[in-house]
Amino acid sequence: MKERLVQLEVLRYNPDTDTEARFQRYEVTCAEEWVVLDALNKVKADIDPTLNYRWSCHMAVCGSCGMMINGEPKLSCHTFLRDYEGVIRVEPLVHFPVERDLVTAPDDFMEKLKRVKPYIIPKEKKPISEGEYKQTPAQLMKFRQYSMCINCMLCYAACPEYGLTPHFIGPAALTLAHRYNQDSRDGGRKERQEVVATHEGVWECTFVGACSESARRTSTPRAPCSR
Amino acid sequence: MSRNPLIREVPPTSWYFRHPLYLRYMSREITSIFIGAYCVLLVVGLQRLAAGPAAWEGFVTALQSPASIVFQFLCLVAAFYHAATWFNATQKAMPLQIGEDFVPGNVISGAHYAAWAVLSVVVLFFTGVF
Ligand code: SF4
Ligand code: FES
Repeated sequence: MKERLVQLEVLRYNPDTDTEARFQRYEVTCAEEWVVLDALNKVKADIDPTLNYRWSCHMAVCGSCGMMINGEPKLSCHTFLRDYEGVIRVEPLVHFPVERDLVTAPDDFMEKLKRVKPYIIPKEKKPISEGEYKQTPAQLMKFRQYSMCINCMLCYAACPEYGLTPHFIGPAALTLAHRYNQDSRDGGRKERQEVVATHEGVWECTFVGACSESARRTSTPRAPCSR
Repeated sequence: MSRNPLIREVPPTSWYFRHPLYLRYMSREITSIFIGAYCVLLVVGLQRLAAGPAAWEGFVTALQSPASIVFQFLCLVAAFYHAATWFNATQKAMPLQIGEDFVPGNVISGAHYAAWAVLSVVVLFFTGVF
């Protein structure tokens, strides 16, 4: 197994004792093919058990391991150590309050997702006896690409507009609203427009496009914003 | 456990230095200043035209000064950059679905570039270049 000596500079913040965050340097021996999350796990296991961060799936599915890696929002389970040289700087996602070390508070994001009513609002209710709501493959394809969000919040960390104007509803919530608006079974567009088509909604997007860059592998938030 | 979250401020004026992508965005925003300035120039030209032949002659001569040519060249570059970045974005901004499939992004951008070229030729034709 090829090894690699990795230096991490990790932002630390302890809400019980600190008033400010500080960087802490760790040096760990990793395998060549490891990702940043593996290095953090090694630090936690062998060097510093007090280090806090979130993760679950280790396969870019759960969306909980987002952090800033050398200044860019990334899934740490999807970011290979071999792509970096020198010290790797690991910080919590920007634009969110830091709860502890690399753990951020997602409350604002959650509240915004809820506001766009991210569920099917049927055009007209029909009794179960009338059967299912049918959809053709073409109708499915119309919204499928917007339904892949894993709620990792990377796009919110990438979006300077959200950073500067926190009331902006943000890329993932807009994408989600669009996903339901585009669904042939849905009739909730008007209700969602009350949130989406306001000043806090889509018009606050200034088209930086950073959300799409941060989210290449999942949905493409910019698309719905620009429509 | 008590909560005492730390808020990390975003620098309100220098944020665009944080990432090359933001700089690229800002540079595109700045092209709008040139495009706006050129529109003002066109309006001034119209006003001069309305003011009579002598005024118009003076305007045309002023346009030929070196400073004016440099300015117009800068506007042209800015307009090219502004247009190209938008055309590249149309892949995402104007997805086109035919049946189950989406038209590939480069076809959408390509169509914009083609329309741009055709319209430019038409405009140049009417201005008597060929
Ligand atoms: S839209 Fe993409 S980047 Fe944004 S939260 Fe969803 S998966 Fe993450
Ligand atoms: S750990 Fe689940 S997305 Fe990274």
